[in-house]
Amino acid sequence: MAELIELVWILTKIGVILGPLILSVAYLTYAERKIIGWIQNRNGPNRVGPMGLLQPFADVFKLLFKEVILPANANRFLFLIAPLLALMPALAAWAVIPFGEGLVLADINAGLLYVLAMTSLGVYGVILAGWAANSKYSMLGAMRSAAQIVSYEIAMGFALVGVLMAAGSMNMSSIVTAQAGPIWNWFWLPLLPLFIVYWISGVAETNRAPFDVAEGESEIVAGFHVEYSGVAFAVFFLAEYANMILISGLAVILFMGGWYSPFHGLPLLGPVFDLVPGLVWFVIKVAGFLYLYLWFRATFPRYRYDQIMRLGWKVLIPVTVVWLVVLALMILAGFGPWFD
Amino acid sequence: MGDIRSYTMNFGPQHPAAHGVLRLVLEMEGETIRRADPHIGLLHRATEKLAESKPYNQSIGYMDRLDYVSMMCNEHGYVLAIEKLLGIQPPRRAQYIRVMFDEVTRILNHLMWLGAHGLDVGAMTVFLYCFREREDLMDVYEAVSGARMHATYYRPGGVYRDLPERMPQYDSSRFRSEQDMKHLNAARQGSLLDFLEDFCNRFPACVDDYETLLTDNRIWKQRLVGIGVVTPERALELGFTGPMLRGSGVEWDLRRKQPYEVYDEVDFEIPVGTNGDCYDRYLVRVEEMRQSCRIVKQCIDWLRKNPGPVMVDDHKVVPPTREEMKDDMESMIHHFKLFTEGYSVPPGEAYAAVEAPKGEFGCYIVSDGANKPYRLKVRAPGFTHLAAMDEMASGHMLADVVALIGTQDIVFGEIDR
Repeated sequence: MAELIELVWILTKIGVILGPLILSVAYLTYAERKIIGWIQNRNGPNRVGPMGLLQPFADVFKLLFKEVILPANANRFLFLIAPLLALMPALAAWAVIPFGEGLVLADINAGLLYVLAMTSLGVYGVILAGWAANSKYSMLGAMRSAAQIVSYEIAMGFALVGVLMAAGSMNMSSIVTAQAGPIWNWFWLPLLPLFIVYWISGVAETNRAPFDVAEGESEIVAGFHVEYSGVAFAVFFLAEYANMILISGLAVILFMGGWYSPFHGLPLLGPVFDLVPGLVWFVIKVAGFLYLYLWFRATFPRYRYDQIMRLGWKVLIPVTVVWLVVLALMILAGFGPWFD
Repeated sequence: MGDIRSYTMNFGPQHPAAHGVLRLVLEMEGETIRRADPHIGLLHRATEKLAESKPYNQSIGYMDRLDYVSMMCNEHGYVLAIEKLLGIQPPRRAQYIRVMFDEVTRILNHLMWLGAHGLDVGAMTVFLYCFREREDLMDVYEAVSGARMHATYYRPGGVYRDLPERMPQYDSSRFRSEQDMKHLNAARQGSLLDFLEDFCNRFPACVDDYETLLTDNRIWKQRLVGIGVVTPERALELGFTGPMLRGSGVEWDLRRKQPYEVYDEVDFEIPVGTNGDCYDRYLVRVEEMRQSCRIVKQCIDWLRKNPGPVMVDDHKVVPPTREEMKDDMESMIHHFKLFTEGYSVPPGEAYAAVEAPKGEFGCYIVSDGANKPYRLKVRAPGFTHLAAMDEMASGHMLADVVALIGTQDIVFGEIDR
């Protein structure tokens, strides 16, 4: 009986995380269209509901009612399982994300490794989708995506090793508490190069502009999901945006002090700003990173596939390796407010 | 050894970067292009054949629809060839108006090109910025001819009518507040020339905006520098014209080398590239926009000071005004003849070319003395450029093909005709 209650309790917690997550995915698409619209001197959606606020629901229902077209020569099983393979890891990774002090579903010790494993799994969905559709455009998209994600995984992994060294723990909550203090106490400052590498790799991992070669609108039409329609397409869409939020959330936890306010621990401002719950600070910071995603998309042209690989292998990975050495020295020397 | 075949990919005709209906059959090794085979004809409308069955003036509208982003330049080539056969010359004011609208058209075309090129390479925002400025120029087209795109404004002997004294204005509506309307109409209080002058004062800053987003952007440069290099010799052999040729460093511009209308009286510079790659062609076209703006300004000044007729006074070619027609028997007959039979053109043949935004646009007309051309041949610049696609794309990657389509500024209306 106690086990059953435990199970129901866990399921409730999962629901409490996933519900708002999916809702924020819906409104992230709305925010994307609005913000890019304003950047581009236009209005964005403004017809469905007040200020277009119901637009995401209109889109969802449109996609739900559309037919899922199965290409004649597609591998049916893989074709249908691929979107789920993309979505599941994107959602599962949220299990270890602490939203506030103690607000975490699974407070496991190897949280960082778990997240890394989950984000890497997502690429299988993309590769299988590209292969199973039996279309040349999809195939190219899948190949690009596989190469890109695998190489950026390494740069990202190295960047995370830096966080691991600095925090001395793989538990996500401990990583945040290791950063307790005002904004200059957070890891973004001592790990600045790693932070930048992490963020660039994060954008590349989620296949977003300027690294969106796997979709490559103007080259390979829609890349790996060119043959998908209806719900199957919507699931890919959901996975992409859930991943964006995840990567932003990780950036906040690993480098930007998680749920702490920017003035935490200061004599006067600290207590005042601490009145705002940690969850709110977390959400604000995540929103800031999500805005960066949209800003990039509106500003940059798309990299070519080989140039992305060059950037990953020849620039980002060496930077991380060098900075890991510097970081080790800093920790040995007990440098600054971070490692004393 | 097994039978090794490269990956064949069908790029287009329905593809976001196909600029209309381009179909490329690509032979690839991985992502590297071995052969790019352009297939054309999907937008063929038999313009040349249609022109053989109509009085001369009725084909002017077809010319707009050839290269549908540089409308008036196409009309210009056609009208110029007819004028050559007829042996007439339009009044000075008409020539200035034509030069002015040729340059407006060049800006229109280059804005469209820049936007589409940016979109192909993945820079979305430039596209919408370009269309914001295009909108104003479309309004200029509309004010002068009544149509936003297919103007049919040039006629043998001049232009259809003089520039309007009043710029059309926006009305308020359910979607547009009083305040928005005032803002939109601020520049439209005076004549068309006032509006255009205001545009020319604004426009260089807009070009600076586009350049901020692109010119020094590392990604933009990585995508364009060294892509699709054409040497000057090869560019000449391939029959390149316009910015494609100038990007390779050949200073060839019909406006300067074979001046028509009043191009020898206006002051402008011809930008040329050095490397002949996509980036140089980008820079050349951006600079051309600035130069066109300069020419438009000079034309505005001249047109302000010099009122006068905009059509020749020969009613064997040009219809009389409506008022004349109502109370003059001879005008009535002219009107009737011109609007039924049209005018007859003395036997002979003529080729006239203009520097269209994409290159040399020429019309070759053979007349047998009838009221219709015996044969019309259109020389479209895009055709020769597209023919070089294979040579430019071989060895590059798939993403570069898209950049090449952008840099060639392909419009299928003129290639298929």
